[in-house]
Amino acid sequence: MIEFTLWDIIRHLGTGLAWTGGLSLIAFVLGGVAGLGVLIARISPCRPASRAARIYIEFFQGTPLLMQLFLIFFGLGLLGVNISPLLTAALGLTLFTSAYLAEIWRGCVESIAPGQWEAGQCLALSRRQQLRFVILPQAVRIAIPPTVGFSVQVVKGTAVTSIIGFMEITKTGSMIANATFNPLLVYGLVGVGYFLMCYPLSALARRAERRFQCRS
Amino acid sequence: MSYVFSIEPIIENWDALAFGALMTLALTGIGAVVGVATGIVGAVSRAWKIKVLHPVFTVYVETIRNTPFLVQLYFIFFGLPAAGVKLNGWEASFLAMALNLGAYSTEIIRAGIQAVPGGLIEAAQSLAMSRYQIFRHVILRPALKNVWPALCSQIIIVMLGSAVCSQVAAQELTYSASLIQSQTFRAFEIYAFSTLIYLGLAIMVRRCLHEFGRRVIVGRRS
Repeated sequence: MIEFTLWDIIRHLGTGLAWTGGLSLIAFVLGGVAGLGVLIARISPCRPASRAARIYIEFFQGTPLLMQLFLIFFGLGLLGVNISPLLTAALGLTLFTSAYLAEIWRGCVESIAPGQWEAGQCLALSRRQQLRFVILPQAVRIAIPPTVGFSVQVVKGTAVTSIIGFMEITKTGSMIANATFNPLLVYGLVGVGYFLMCYPLSALARRAERRFQCRS
Repeated sequence: MSYVFSIEPIIENWDALAFGALMTLALTGIGAVVGVATGIVGAVSRAWKIKVLHPVFTVYVETIRNTPFLVQLYFIFFGLPAAGVKLNGWEASFLAMALNLGAYSTEIIRAGIQAVPGGLIEAAQSLAMSRYQIFRHVILRPALKNVWPALCSQIIIVMLGSAVCSQVAAQELTYSASLIQSQTFRAFEIYAFSTLIYLGLAIMVRRCLHEFGRRVIVGRRS
């Protein structure tokens, strides 16, 4: 049997934490890009597009992330695509993130006074220009605090990918716990790892909220 | 490639899936009641800065909100037995869900309590209402009414999160689905159908909670 010192455990968990961070980053960036697309469809005057976006959001907000991952993992397998846990995790979390971000941002866009759209129209801006030059610059300021806050949910969401076999910190933790017979310590440390990642983000979200509240 | 979709495994095992769905609802129901009750105590302690409870709840809320549900569940189920607390899959799942929801509802309800205008409380005092009456009718009820939609969303999120409880052998919907999947090798069909059940449950629970909020919490106001 291999002996694990405390340092060994921390070292391995650190590697897992890096994967958690990497996956979160991928999901957040790609999810943000996809979310913008979903948002544009959701608020577009074209009925089928906005309805499709609504169903998309409803689906991803109304089903467990674990089930979404299972569906991608087994569904793409059926299509003959041999998909790795990393790709499944990245794809699943990206879709999940995009749905939530689109819904958060929709709230921000809708909080902009309708007069702003009308003012844009009076200046003969096209709908795209209104969105690009009038609405989004204002909505972005409102959107920053809840978006940073949601990034915490993305980091925590990555834990579920351990179930489909992606080697992030939770998976690393359960393997070490099985090898060392010291689950209390190992899962405690895993929790600490997540806390170190999430707490600064939570604090940042709170600070952003206070700052943007004072200005308006 | 010719893969034939088969709904037979779903029809044959509908009772197991129905049982799983019921268990998911039970898990959510008990978790929600205990969680919201914890949230009310926590919110009051944090909003009014009650001596010992305030720091305790602050640490509790920050710890729970900044770690994943799955890790909390593993810590309770695998970790605590080493410290002498042995819980089975159900007990661990209930505890984890109640603790998780308790932390989030503490923050949600606190926001509601802090939004009650001070003048309202002074008005109640000048009507000679007792402290308990003021708390119940002037603070808690309007606070809950204002934050009820947020609380509903959080309960739904926790319900969907309960899918990972299958990992500690709590026999809820995902557990049933995985079991049927391992017997029939029809992974995609089973998981797709379970996903639809979750979607249906989420929509149904949201409706019920909104209706409950309208009738019980808002109550008869004219």
